[in-house]
Amino acid sequence: MERRMKEVIRYLGYGNHAVEAQTLEMIESSLLELEEKTSAKSFYRIFDIEREADEKVTIGIMHIESRNLSKNLKGCEKAVLFGATLGAGADRLMQYYSLTDMGKTVILQACAAAMLEEYCDECQDEIADAAAKDGYFIRPRFSPGYGDFDIRHQKALINMLELPKRIGLTLTDACMMVPTKSVTAVIGLSKEKISCHRHGCEVCTKIDCQYRRN
Amino acid sequence: MIKERLGRELLFFDGGMGTLLQEKGLLPGELPESWNIKRRETVIEIHRKYYEAGSDVVLTNTFGANALKFHDESYSVEEIIKAAAENANEARRLGVTDGREAYVALDMGPTGKLLEPMGDLSFSDAYEAFKEMAVCGEKAGVDFVHIETMSDTYEVKAAVLAVKENTNLPVTVTMIFDEKGKLLTGGDVASVVALLEGLRVDAIGLNCGMGPKQMMPVMEELLSLTSLPVIMKPNAGLPVQRGEETCYDVEPDIFAGWMAKMAEKGACVIGGCCGTTPAHIEAMVKACKNIKIKPPVYKEHTLVSSYGGAVTLGEIPVIIGERINPTGKKRFKQALQEHDIDYILKEGITQQEKGAHILDVNVGLPDIDEIQMMEEVVTKLQSVTSLPLQIDTVDVRAMEAAMRIYNGKPMINSVNGKQESMDAVFPLVQKYGGVVVALTLDESGIPQTAKGRLEIAGKIIEEAKKYGIDKKDIIVDVLAMTISSDAAGAKTTLEALKLVRETYKVGTVLGVSNISFGLPDRPVINANFYTMAMQQGLSAGIINPSSEAMMRSYYSYLALMNYDNNCEMYIAHCGNTKSETAVTAPVKMDLRYAIEKGLKEEAHGISKEMVQKMPPLEIINGYLVPALDTVGKGFEEGSVFLPQLLMSAEAAKEAFAVLKEAMEKTGLSEERKEKIVLATVKGDIHDIGKNIVKVLLENYSFDVIDLGKDVEPEVVVAAVKEHHIRLVGLSALMTTTVTSMEETIRLLRKEAPECKVMVGGAVLNQDYADMIGADFYGKDAMQSVYYAQRILKKM
Repeated sequence: MERRMKEVIRYLGYGNHAVEAQTLEMIESSLLELEEKTSAKSFYRIFDIEREADEKVTIGIMHIESRNLSKNLKGCEKAVLFGATLGAGADRLMQYYSLTDMGKTVILQACAAAMLEEYCDECQDEIADAAAKDGYFIRPRFSPGYGDFDIRHQKALINMLELPKRIGLTLTDACMMVPTKSVTAVIGLSKEKISCHRHGCEVCTKIDCQYRRN
Repeated sequence: MIKERLGRELLFFDGGMGTLLQEKGLLPGELPESWNIKRRETVIEIHRKYYEAGSDVVLTNTFGANALKFHDESYSVEEIIKAAAENANEARRLGVTDGREAYVALDMGPTGKLLEPMGDLSFSDAYEAFKEMAVCGEKAGVDFVHIETMSDTYEVKAAVLAVKENTNLPVTVTMIFDEKGKLLTGGDVASVVALLEGLRVDAIGLNCGMGPKQMMPVMEELLSLTSLPVIMKPNAGLPVQRGEETCYDVEPDIFAGWMAKMAEKGACVIGGCCGTTPAHIEAMVKACKNIKIKPPVYKEHTLVSSYGGAVTLGEIPVIIGERINPTGKKRFKQALQEHDIDYILKEGITQQEKGAHILDVNVGLPDIDEIQMMEEVVTKLQSVTSLPLQIDTVDVRAMEAAMRIYNGKPMINSVNGKQESMDAVFPLVQKYGGVVVALTLDESGIPQTAKGRLEIAGKIIEEAKKYGIDKKDIIVDVLAMTISSDAAGAKTTLEALKLVRETYKVGTVLGVSNISFGLPDRPVINANFYTMAMQQGLSAGIINPSSEAMMRSYYSYLALMNYDNNCEMYIAHCGNTKSETAVTAPVKMDLRYAIEKGLKEEAHGISKEMVQKMPPLEIINGYLVPALDTVGKGFEEGSVFLPQLLMSAEAAKEAFAVLKEAMEKTGLSEERKEKIVLATVKGDIHDIGKNIVKVLLENYSFDVIDLGKDVEPEVVVAAVKEHHIRLVGLSALMTTTVTSMEETIRLLRKEAPECKVMVGGAVLNQDYADMIGADFYGKDAMQSVYYAQRILKKM
């Protein structure tokens, strides 16, 4: 089974259980529909990192206090700020089906999440290639809201990249991203090669999560 | 004056500002507008260089100077705009040395927020922010307003209205498209043209997003659709990441070459956006100054639009769905009275699935607030369908309210030949744009003859001209009269149709099914009349797209008239239509099985058969409830998963609907249902969890009052009080919105202490729920059902 399908099934909470034929069919048609109705977009820029103390990191005009992010960026001189979105189409589809078919809606939402992750992975590969040319290695992407990296930093990050204008990614007053299928992240750049676990759900500290791999 | 020169001579805008300020030390994320005061000389110098390079128009450094985006402790929006206008004026004084007439335009960019219903910015808040800018700009003496880099038709509508209603300044607009010719919010070129021509802006075009090469095809599409002067402001290529820099690498000479091509093809105003510099503009002016302008060409086609696309009313007939209308529909009236918006939205979706191109929206009923209902239904319909809407009301205030908040260029139903009607409706069309249905009746009633109706059509078209409304925005309804009371009714209508088409070359529309009132087998007459009307030149039939007979007439007509390539649509529609009986279930499958497996169609079919032989209550208790219990238990035990649980719920819903109908027919009333209020809390826009809970609660025969997402605490409390609610369910996704959940609970405790509160959502757990004072935390959707049963029913 292809990776994307496996991810969708994981997001739907099936774990290792068998998936009904009807659901599998609906996953396939939902992926097709999303392919047709969405157009993923992304943007990134590279910034210098400054550190004051162990837990304080400054990226451009963003002053962050976060032990987790600091750890993630250990040994990095620069950081990529990154934003990506599947666009308004995915939200519209979910809105449409939530009126008539909630089963389809939750499947669409899992499919969209898997597509977005896959797209971010592709973008990350491109960023890694570009960075390699300048002799840098990348660290796993780390988003506002992970660990103690305050989600409110989303605002500065989005402004620094001008994401509303460039890819249509906006924030609500409560710091939620719209379109909802969107990602922002910090990706550290370092001269030393430390293995980058791209699919690193396993590193999360929430070990009782029902979506956790393995 | 700029207005007189637009479209008559080639005019030059300036180039990039942000990229140049960053070169001078502006940090990413810093507010560029603050430099109008902090680094005044730098801003003046950039403006001056553009004037010196030959720009006729320089945009003030105010792209993000709106109250929603510009938050600065030291300066107000007004101060910034005043300084910005002064800087541009000063630059003009210094830079324009050849005596030419040059302009300062107030630059107005997007708010950076997404409007409701998808985002959390209200149309009126967006309007207010733009209004403040426009008023300050006019006060500061700018020559006109240029709205740019817009990627949302709704936001641009707010901006244009704000400028037009509060200033006397001309207004031009450029939007940001991608290479497929789409806005970030999904709209296409035609939808933008329809909207902005309807709002009567002075010129439209494209800026940002792409380089000149990528913009070329989109520009050609724009030129083929608009009658307005076209503005082109591309970036200096696509952004490339070079180390820490974002660069644009189309050099001035190459850029100038592309711009010359654009001018030759018909662009009337040219300039640059991100990455372009005074050198680019200088090269462009040099390369283009002797190009003879191609004046804009007037386009005849009639366009209506939504945020997502436009529909052309012309030679090929289109379908206007008639079902969102209470006239003669008991169930629809009930939905309006009970504020059951979902029912109305589903009517819209069904018609879209059946092939409607435009949806008529009529929500008028004596005992409801039509203005409020019209606004709500139009807004909500536009969050689930991208079909253009036809606003159908006799209440001019409801008409204006809907036209104002409508995202696109709507159809308006209707105006007629009475002076009073024209005096009321035309000013609205003039202001908001729209294609208006003109009924051929006046103070003396409906003329008996085709010629009489033609005359009224002529009168309406003439009167519209006084408002600057072109006849392409009028679509004439010669009125279909019931043949059972007027034997020559259909004949007269058909004659009048043809006459109107031939005489005035305008579009036509008819409420087709009126023809058959009082006759048996109405679909037969309707379908035949429909074909005849299309043959006489009907541009749009207002019909029921769920009527198979009508749709067959429609697709047959398209195929016969060579409007259907290889008869594809005909084959798609008629090639695999199932007859009514084909949907019945295969042998051996019973209702319980169909529901457990989540088979919607089968559940519907089987319950229809069963209800012939068995009392509905017996079916519910013997089949439906056990099936739901099995699935619910399975979900709890981890053998059934969420998609399956919900598919079963939807199948059960189908079966319930059939049984409910049967019970109503036999006069049996349902047992009174307990009501539960559900809401996703203020600030939160993720409502999928709440919607899951809703479907399940409805399955277990609770009556859910769904307040939607981003709901104020006060609204929850008001609903609880109004309906004497004993249980409220609240959902929140993020830590940032759990605070509003807490606030809602606090207010409920104060105002409705008897009411229980259950909560759920991604960030919540039992501890968190206890902390904010909830009565119950549901870790999954079924838990909320069990809790509701415990609290509200003695099970």
